[in-house]
Amino acid sequence: MADRLPAALVIAAKDVRVELASRTALTAATAFGVLILVVFNFARDPTAVSLEVLAPSVLWVTAAFAGMVTLNRSFAMERDGGAIEGLLLAPIDRSTIFLGKYLANVAFVLVVDAIVLPVFVLFFNVPINPTLGWIALLLALAAAGYVAVGTVLSAMTVRTRFAELMLPALLLAFVVPPVLVGVQATTRLLGGRPLSEILGWVWFLVIYDVVFLTLGLMLFPATIDE
Amino acid sequence: MTSAAAPVIRRGVVLTLLGLAGVAAVYGLALLGTPTERWQGLAQKILYVHAPSAWSALMAFFLTGVASVGYLLFKDPRLDAFAEASAEVGLAFGAVMLTTGPMWAKPVWGTWWQWEPRLTLTLLLVLLFIGYRALRNSIDDPEERARYSAVVGIMALVLVPFVHLSVYLFRTIHPQPVILKPSRPSLPWEMLRTLLASLGAFALLYVGLVTTRYGIGRRDAGVTP
Repeated sequence: MADRLPAALVIAAKDVRVELASRTALTAATAFGVLILVVFNFARDPTAVSLEVLAPSVLWVTAAFAGMVTLNRSFAMERDGGAIEGLLLAPIDRSTIFLGKYLANVAFVLVVDAIVLPVFVLFFNVPINPTLGWIALLLALAAAGYVAVGTVLSAMTVRTRFAELMLPALLLAFVVPPVLVGVQATTRLLGGRPLSEILGWVWFLVIYDVVFLTLGLMLFPATIDE
Repeated sequence: MTSAAAPVIRRGVVLTLLGLAGVAAVYGLALLGTPTERWQGLAQKILYVHAPSAWSALMAFFLTGVASVGYLLFKDPRLDAFAEASAEVGLAFGAVMLTTGPMWAKPVWGTWWQWEPRLTLTLLLVLLFIGYRALRNSIDDPEERARYSAVVGIMALVLVPFVHLSVYLFRTIHPQPVILKPSRPSLPWEMLRTLLASLGAFALLYVGLVTTRYGIGRRDAGVTP
């Protein structure tokens, strides 16, 4: 994989530059994330359910949904105007294209997470201490996994009818394990439990990332026309 | 117009009818020839439909994944047609599993649904394969459709252990395995006999339905099976 990295980084940098030129997707996804936080806050009865009980689920559902909406763009951009042809003409293999797209997508999701997490702390009155670093790590590990799946899926769904609906319909099932693990670990972290209790979950996320990144590198070439 | 797939479809229909007759016989055997469980009462009879349909559904999705791997390796359209047929039949069995489960759970557990590993896993798989079908329906080019669905089929196969592991850490109230476990089966012989007979009937039904659906798929594609 290391020999693919330089070319992949070039592709990722291209995607980042394109996004920075307009900032449409990132701005929209971030606003979407903050809006979900607001909606969640009003979707509970404050006298019956305390903020602390709901907080971990709210954070993870928000991060997952806001992250997911950035993924559609990755290949929609290449499809429009046939830009994908240019990528395919480059003297690199298809897995390298995947890696580049994946790295850019992870970067976008991390940016969204980096904004959602402080807003979450603000809205949900979460104490600011080192556990936030661990929660950020969990969010990053989860993103690294489901973005691998999402990158493969979005390469296919952009070429179907109802692309915007098809991606979440397929991707959400893959988002369940990391979100479930993330909620469990975050609940323990916010509850002041020792770190040793969440190490198993961290490993789970690491294995999930390795497996689906490998699978993505293997399967992605099948999503591109000969 | 007779298609070259007609004999396959005919064979599939015959097998399906045999399977259905088998399921009907299992109903008779379960109600008349099998003792009623002391604590669960008549509700326990659902086991003879629920468990085999769940196993058949999981087996169907598993075989879809295996055929998907095969398709990407050999690019044989027959493997894709089989994957499509198996996924669809899996959804049908999945529907039986998801409707009979709550019917049993309400009187025995006191609740329709429980978020425990097996229920969550099977529900997610059914939902994912509904997405798989939607994806298939939204692509017109047969070769592209086959490649894309194979990718999703393989990813679904890999997802299973992760879902299972992540949900397993919650406590489970689902009945523990009664046959496939290290010690001797814990069902009394009369019940085990009915369950195994039902498993056979459902396996036959699976083969019949998949053969029929495979034949129809090949006929619609306008090729010889």
